[in-house]
Amino acid sequence: MSNDKPILELQGINKSFGPVQVLRAVDFNVYAGKVTALIGDNGAGKSTLVKCIAGVHPTDSGEVRFNGQSVSIHGPKDASELGIEIVYQDLALCENLDVVQNMFLGRERLKHGLLDGSSMEQAARDTLASLSVRTLKSVRQQVMSLSGGQRQTVAIARAVLWNSKVIILDEPTAALGVAQTAQVLELVRNLANQGVGVVLISHNMNEILQVADRVSAMYLGQVAADIEVTESTTRETLVELITSGRSGDVGLITNDAEEEVTA
Amino acid sequence: MTDTTTEVLADFALDTTAKSLGDVVSDAKARFKSGNLGSLPSVLAIITLVAIFGYANPDAFLTTSNLANLMGQASAVIVIAMAVTFVLLLGEIDLAAGFTAGVAATVMATRLADGWPLWQALAISALVAIALGMFTGYMVAKVGIPSFVVTLANFLSFQGILLLLVKDKGTLRVQSTPVKALVGGNLSPTLSWLLVAVGLTLFAWSLWRTMANSYGAVPRSLVLIKLGGAAAAAIMVTLLLNENRAFEKAKEQGTVIDGIPYVVPAIMVLLVLLTFLLTRTQYGRHLMAVGGNPEAARRAGINVQRIRLTAFGLCGLIAGIGGIFLASFVDSVDPNTGANDTLLLAVGAAVIGGTSLFGGKGRVLNAVLGGIVLALIPNGLPLVGQRSPFGIIDIDFSSSGVKFICAGLALLAASSVDALSRKGA
Repeated sequence: MSNDKPILELQGINKSFGPVQVLRAVDFNVYAGKVTALIGDNGAGKSTLVKCIAGVHPTDSGEVRFNGQSVSIHGPKDASELGIEIVYQDLALCENLDVVQNMFLGRERLKHGLLDGSSMEQAARDTLASLSVRTLKSVRQQVMSLSGGQRQTVAIARAVLWNSKVIILDEPTAALGVAQTAQVLELVRNLANQGVGVVLISHNMNEILQVADRVSAMYLGQVAADIEVTESTTRETLVELITSGRSGDVGLITNDAEEEVTA
Repeated sequence: MTDTTTEVLADFALDTTAKSLGDVVSDAKARFKSGNLGSLPSVLAIITLVAIFGYANPDAFLTTSNLANLMGQASAVIVIAMAVTFVLLLGEIDLAAGFTAGVAATVMATRLADGWPLWQALAISALVAIALGMFTGYMVAKVGIPSFVVTLANFLSFQGILLLLVKDKGTLRVQSTPVKALVGGNLSPTLSWLLVAVGLTLFAWSLWRTMANSYGAVPRSLVLIKLGGAAAAAIMVTLLLNENRAFEKAKEQGTVIDGIPYVVPAIMVLLVLLTFLLTRTQYGRHLMAVGGNPEAARRAGINVQRIRLTAFGLCGLIAGIGGIFLASFVDSVDPNTGANDTLLLAVGAAVIGGTSLFGGKGRVLNAVLGGIVLALIPNGLPLVGQRSPFGIIDIDFSSSGVKFICAGLALLAASSVDALSRKGA
């Protein structure tokens, strides 16, 4: 497993807002075909890390490698050109447009300078089918008429449509009911099975144990642990990592020993 | 097709299953029930108004000359409503569109009075209209002032421009024959039939195209019903309008007034072009997206400011064209061209037709339907005359007061439908 090279590799990322250091020497890896859960308490730095990857915030120092190549991401455009897509919590869908129109928004296919509706519709349907989406009855439905889970599906499928290599999902199930959560988690799994590197930000430990291959836990701006999810990984371990940055022999060394270790 | 593809497509059953006419009707019923009424209220309003006025005074209202009149009366409001539609779709408003029309008409009239050729006068008037619209757009999109405030200010200043242009001449007559004929002139009966043939062919082609791309969701029977209905209506109206509709006395002196009014093809061309722009081009799609969710549009890489700016420019241009209709209706311009209730009726027409004031929802066709409703009210009420409907009070239905009250109630009813449908959704 460890012989797989990460598709996205962040090393020693530092980021400060004024005097506050939000990210401290963060190492974070995303593997193709795997779901990497990013966990941590509010304020641990998850969102900042994601925004650094997305190019929304510039980093102060550190290296980003994509497919082994050193890259610099200066803006959202750079990120999407690399194939990094982020599905934010508020989804950013146009309710008055239909599923196809939303999936192709801003990147419409044209034929003779005019919208090529049937080609876009077919591609949208193919993409949804490739993700084994079974919850949408029609791609011509307005998003207004869709449920929360269906909307999440559309937002994720939109990211897939652009042959993204890395898709970051920001709490995709936070607002969903039980059945819809299950649908979205299945979709997350299917995404990874297609070879996409998936980052799942979530506060739900059960859902992480169910769907994630790896977990990166953040604690006060540092990555406390980067572990593989095995059958012996428990909910308690994850909760301890989130609340104290340490669980058993994994995680950050206590403050007294910190200097010694970093030296 | 392999087995797997068939199975996969079954997930999108609604897109791929052929539908019967009954399915389409029940779909439409479900849509209405969920509060999405579309143009239904305006169509019902047209039918109701025609029934009431036709019952009250059939001899005057249900005549071919009144039908032709109605088209002329509705035309300018319809065109300005089309203009306003483009900013309403963004959730914005243009209170100055009426005066933009007035200024554009006056620019054309003054150029013509100076002896300019028609096309040059029209070109300069279009440029002025675009400039006025872009100015509004700049203030809204770049400076960031709410469009209500910007266009309220422009309502005053464009009126000032209009007064300066007309100067003390009071009324400026328009002598150009083509401009005068736009509202009031008629196609010859032969050309009328040619227009019907061309129009129906294009309609059939567009229906066929929709059906072919629908994977069976649009049944052939629906296409045939739509086409048959349109053909029957067009042929009947053309038969009526191709009759000589001059007054009896004038007929005896050999006056012939017949054929479809020029405004009909003029409005139809605008309708088709603008609908095409809105539904088939990337610009139109982006405009709808900005109206629906500006933040989502911005994240999708759409330049929201540019869309806002150009939508106001487009609104100005179309309003300017509406100004030509205003001038043509009375063959002149004066300080009241595009003033008074012009703008209110135009916004009202768009909303009555089903275009939302909250943005993201609407069609160009709505402007036509709503414009007809608002033209029917002042056209029909005077023909009702003095009545006492419940035997209690005498009401003079031909008075301006009653006209305004009725138009106001129609607008209120339409915007209630809009607001309630949003609540329901």
